[in-house]
Amino acid sequence: MDSWFFLIQVLNGIQYGLLLFLVASGLTLIFGIMGIINLAHGAFYMLGAYLAYWLAGMTGSLIAAVLLSLPIAALVGYVIEALLVRTLYRRDHLDQVLLTYGLILIFNEAQRILWGNDVHGVAMPTALAWSVKLTETLSYPAYRLLLSAVCAVLAVAMYLVIAKTRFGMWVRAGASNRDMVAALGINVKLLFGVVFAVGAALAGLAGAISTPISSVAPGMGDSVLILCFVVVVIGGVGSVKGAFFGAILIGLADTFGKVFVPDFASFTVYGIMAAVLLWKPKGLFA
Amino acid sequence: MDFAKGISRRSILQAGAIAAVGASGFVPTRFAIGNTAKVKIGFLLPYSGTYAALGEAITNGFKLAIEERGAKLGGRDIQYVAVDSEANPAKGPENTNKLVTGENVDFLVGPVHSGVALGMVKIVRETGTITIIPNAGAGAATGPLCAPNIFRTSFTNWQAAYPMGKVAMERGLKNVVTMSWKYAAGEEALAGFEANFTKNGGKVVKQILVPFPSDEFQANLTEIASLKPDGVFVFFAGAGALKFVKDYAAAGLKSIPLMGPGFLTDGVLKAQGEAAEGILTTLHYADALDIPENKTFRAAYAKAFAKEADVYAVQGYDAAQLMVQGMTAVKGDATARDALIGAMEKAVIKSPRGTFTLSKAHNPIQDFYLRQVRNGQEVVLGVAEKALADPATGCKMG
Repeated sequence: MDSWFFLIQVLNGIQYGLLLFLVASGLTLIFGIMGIINLAHGAFYMLGAYLAYWLAGMTGSLIAAVLLSLPIAALVGYVIEALLVRTLYRRDHLDQVLLTYGLILIFNEAQRILWGNDVHGVAMPTALAWSVKLTETLSYPAYRLLLSAVCAVLAVAMYLVIAKTRFGMWVRAGASNRDMVAALGINVKLLFGVVFAVGAALAGLAGAISTPISSVAPGMGDSVLILCFVVVVIGGVGSVKGAFFGAILIGLADTFGKVFVPDFASFTVYGIMAAVLLWKPKGLFA
Repeated sequence: MDFAKGISRRSILQAGAIAAVGASGFVPTRFAIGNTAKVKIGFLLPYSGTYAALGEAITNGFKLAIEERGAKLGGRDIQYVAVDSEANPAKGPENTNKLVTGENVDFLVGPVHSGVALGMVKIVRETGTITIIPNAGAGAATGPLCAPNIFRTSFTNWQAAYPMGKVAMERGLKNVVTMSWKYAAGEEALAGFEANFTKNGGKVVKQILVPFPSDEFQANLTEIASLKPDGVFVFFAGAGALKFVKDYAAAGLKSIPLMGPGFLTDGVLKAQGEAAEGILTTLHYADALDIPENKTFRAAYAKAFAKEADVYAVQGYDAAQLMVQGMTAVKGDATARDALIGAMEKAVIKSPRGTFTLSKAHNPIQDFYLRQVRNGQEVVLGVAEKALADPATGCKMG
């Protein structure tokens, strides 16, 4: 076990964590700021992946497919917020769980009708299909590094938008006191609609850009969903910063769990979650 | 009076005789009662989630075989009842009960997932429902948990992996890393490979098991790269297989030969693309298998479903063939259990994979082919093991 091997594993962990952050950030926006438990978040991830697969086949370009799938995911998110989620803001969390669980079933069925049950893959764009040689036998795909960079840039951008812009201020204010914000003349309905659409678009983006290094398959959103909730809960509900560090922590825990304690690998992530919640019951950055 | 009395007595006797004849003529036999009702076949297969495509292929294959044989079983019409197993072991017993007790099916066909199979097998051993497993390779179903009413038309995980042990040694791959998900199917497959591999003098450098169904392999690929083995043997299927093969190639590990049971490439070969080049697999079937049964089957399947057949469709097809042979022998009387089971045990199935028979534990004794991906096509290199039977360790039947 040399230090080079260790460093590569750290890279693996951070890279996985950044990808998790991208999916979980949308959830922490919707869950933390709007107070909606959105179980359908994984469905948006799946939607993004299937759209990218479908559009890449149509346009012949993954980049075009990703760019096109973003507004579609956002639009679907906005429509769902306007038609369904909006009626539940003042209702119990259980009602939201029921609604969004129903959405999962509808999304999965729609996926079956539109794209069938087969497992699909998306080819890596040739321009990015090279890799960096790390050791004699191991190289690192450039696409994964690029993906990490995209995730990191988005993380910073999200932080700046929420912390420094007027829009971000409205969002934060709307989360803590809806009625007051509405009284000040801000269209809260529109604001929340936009936030939900952004959350859906982020999940869709994560699904779309990870297609070349993952498989596009039925039920792919379900496993992602659980990890997203773990990340959001560890980070502290509603904190984008928390989601970021939570995701990196989970990425590292998962990677090193698999390497050092393979017998408990399925447990490490949840072990970390339990430990964090015992230490800080509201999450790291609540 | 006498006359009338006589008449009356005679007519009573006559009437009695007629009644007796009539009764004996009209008391329906067991067979006749059975023959009026439809045969109820329950599918316990995944129609949603990761394995949905497998459930669909098995159902299609099954129905195709039935349609080709006049859409009847031993002369009786058929009613299908399908339950989505969701490939969820936790719901296995509940879903089995839905079909076996709730719907009271005559035959049960399923499942795909080994975990579901174990739950199902425990129930049908109690109820005696005649069950054909069209995929799940859990050794126990035709091992310690074997039963007269449980049949399998697919493979055991052990069987699918065992032949590669010899092939690896023949190709000079002496130090091998094995890897799979940490669940029954994966562990059984790795054990099957290892048994044959070490018998021939090979050494398993390391066995890596990752949580099911995690498909984040990067950490373990780094590990494999640092171990520098001669070859890597893995058991993955479906979305996980697609991703593993792509990740393996992207990590620059292609210089180390990759091997596995055929599920590594079956159904996902096109999506794997370039990354799958050169992968060696063993399986009881290959799409390109050059025998007449396979060609006819594939043409009929493509025509019926506008889709290419795969190994899962073959297994569904053969489940129906087995059922047809049994029911034909008892002329549709599903209640004649002993005769029905006896006929199924003796069945010779002319399968698209080549003709096979069943072992005493009711698992196919079949050839395993060695296949390799060349220029994006699965090429059959030959037979890796002829008429291989699962050892059926722990089965007390037969």
